[in-house]
Amino acid sequence: MSSSTENAEALAGLIAGRFPDARGRFGPFGGRYVPETLIPALDRLEEGVREHLHAPSFQQELGAELSSWVGRPTALTFAGRLSARWGAKVWLKREDLAHTGAHKINNALGQALLARRLGARRIVAETGAGQHGVASAAACARLGLPCTVYMGAVDMERQAPNVGRMRLLGATVIPVTGGDATLRAAIDEALRDWVSDPLETYYLLGSAVGPHPYPYLVRELQAIIGREARAQIREKTGELPDAVIACVGGGSNSIGMFHAFVPDGGVEIIGVEAGGKGAALGDNAATISYGRPGVLHGTYSLLLQDAHGQVQETQSVSAGLDYSGVGPEHAFLAHIGRVRYESAGDQEALDAVRALCESEGILPALESAHALAGAKRWAERHPGGTVVVCLSGRGDKDMPTLQQTLLKGDQ
Amino acid sequence: MSAHESISAAIRAANARGEPALVAYLTAGFPSRERFLEDLRQVAEGADVVEIGVPFSDPMADGVTIQRSSRVALSQGVSLGWILGELERMTPRPKAPLLLMSYLNPLLAFGAERLAAAAGRAGVAGFIVPDLPFDEGEPMREVFAPPGLALVRMVTPVTQPERLRRICADSQGFVYAVTMTGTTGKSVAVPKEVTQYLDAVRAMSPVPVCAGFGIRGREQLERLRGHVDGVVIGSALVELLEQGADPTAWLHSLRTAAR
Repeated sequence: MSSSTENAEALAGLIAGRFPDARGRFGPFGGRYVPETLIPALDRLEEGVREHLHAPSFQQELGAELSSWVGRPTALTFAGRLSARWGAKVWLKREDLAHTGAHKINNALGQALLARRLGARRIVAETGAGQHGVASAAACARLGLPCTVYMGAVDMERQAPNVGRMRLLGATVIPVTGGDATLRAAIDEALRDWVSDPLETYYLLGSAVGPHPYPYLVRELQAIIGREARAQIREKTGELPDAVIACVGGGSNSIGMFHAFVPDGGVEIIGVEAGGKGAALGDNAATISYGRPGVLHGTYSLLLQDAHGQVQETQSVSAGLDYSGVGPEHAFLAHIGRVRYESAGDQEALDAVRALCESEGILPALESAHALAGAKRWAERHPGGTVVVCLSGRGDKDMPTLQQTLLKGDQ
Repeated sequence: MSAHESISAAIRAANARGEPALVAYLTAGFPSRERFLEDLRQVAEGADVVEIGVPFSDPMADGVTIQRSSRVALSQGVSLGWILGELERMTPRPKAPLLLMSYLNPLLAFGAERLAAAAGRAGVAGFIVPDLPFDEGEPMREVFAPPGLALVRMVTPVTQPERLRRICADSQGFVYAVTMTGTTGKSVAVPKEVTQYLDAVRAMSPVPVCAGFGIRGREQLERLRGHVDGVVIGSALVELLEQGADPTAWLHSLRTAAR
């Protein structure tokens, strides 16, 4: 483990914008571990990001679409009855109110706009819970770009409503039966598609994972969540919150939520991973809690793997968190101790779904319910404190799973 | 002669006979773990260099055949440690130099320095790591260089000229010239652009150039003749082993076609 001086220096570097560095690294994590065929495509993307992402004309175009089509800024809602129940002041950053029902649209729209500027002829994307697939399909329809989405066969079954939505939005959805038939296999297959046509295909990666510059690009596009939330909570309460909490699968809503708060030393930042059924390898998707460093999908980060370096299958009631890796910036934030990562199990997440439905009239996504479970624990430790939770998405897509869990035995 | 020089020498020896070298790939432990050393012996009999595939859970550069062979091998408990142990106890060792082809993560999990030592004991001459591009390769290279192990680099039709030059200058044993953008196993047409690209790679490479990805039989070998120093035969050979056919005879038949 690194010393506290080194950690403080690393944190100062992160706040000063020195990460990712020129080699696409956050300290030891990140980089570009891809077949040589993809290097020119990544070089072009990196150049495109540098040229366009922060250019006024791009930001203006993105900002206008975020406002008029996505519906930003999303609300910050005080959860009064839930606060009374849990004993701390709970605020919800309502990404569930964004168009298509989750934070994924912030990234999908931004990257689709970038792809169009880079002259891409078609878009490929992967999806786990289906939210990124739906967001990509919607953004591509809006911009008139053909879209192909790879989705694990297991996920297609448990997220059936989203498959129909993608098809209605004009995307081609291709089932992936190889590997574990979930998000990991879908990324493998999307990468294979991209390798076959690296010059004209744009790979619209949905989380803060993958080779550089994706972790950076996705963070920049999702950072609007934390920027809005930080301004909103200060406007409503006059001060910063005591804690900020988000769920972590690959880690896009969480990195987006955390980024603006990283420099605020007084704000505790907590990421909640999917604890699944328990601590054993294969029973959860809690990569930071239980993983070791390794390379998957183009990046050096933490990874759920066996002693031989084989990537392990994961287990979670929530398809969107069901991923064996995690974004390299999260591995870095854990490494330097700025963010604390814990995990919440399936049952805790389901209990949180019920609590939010009953107390606030909001059905959260199973992914977001993990963040709520973390908030409940935090409230027990900090009665009267203020916490902002990223409610990353709505739970309508989870009805097939909820029918078999919370609603089992009803009717 | 160091391990990496033995690879170039084997390729040049085939060239001296008027043939492109045959670099033959098999996935370790596929179709069966028990037959691995026997399959390896037969493949090595017909080849100039052998690539032994270390199975990985996420083979993103591979097509359906090697995805399948990797999955089956893993389900039979094949690991890098097992492969190195089998090679260490193999007698007599094949004449053809042996390379390990592995994605990076199993190598990292084994530990780079431990790997360099174990590779020496197992008679492995070098490594091909498809998800370790040139820019990230330095730490591995530093470990492999002292014992003379090769790190074979890959170039592709979309690699830019300046980068191509640097990769060729750095590659040891041979340069692995990927014939197309795509994954392994699909038949490649070998149009004129591909032979022109291979000619360009060959013109700037100090080590032999072997073409791979999508080379399945005589037809492509005939098209590639004169443009490469060797060819890598992967998925087609894996399928042949899966069917229980004789790999030595098939490789010999390719050799006569290429002559």
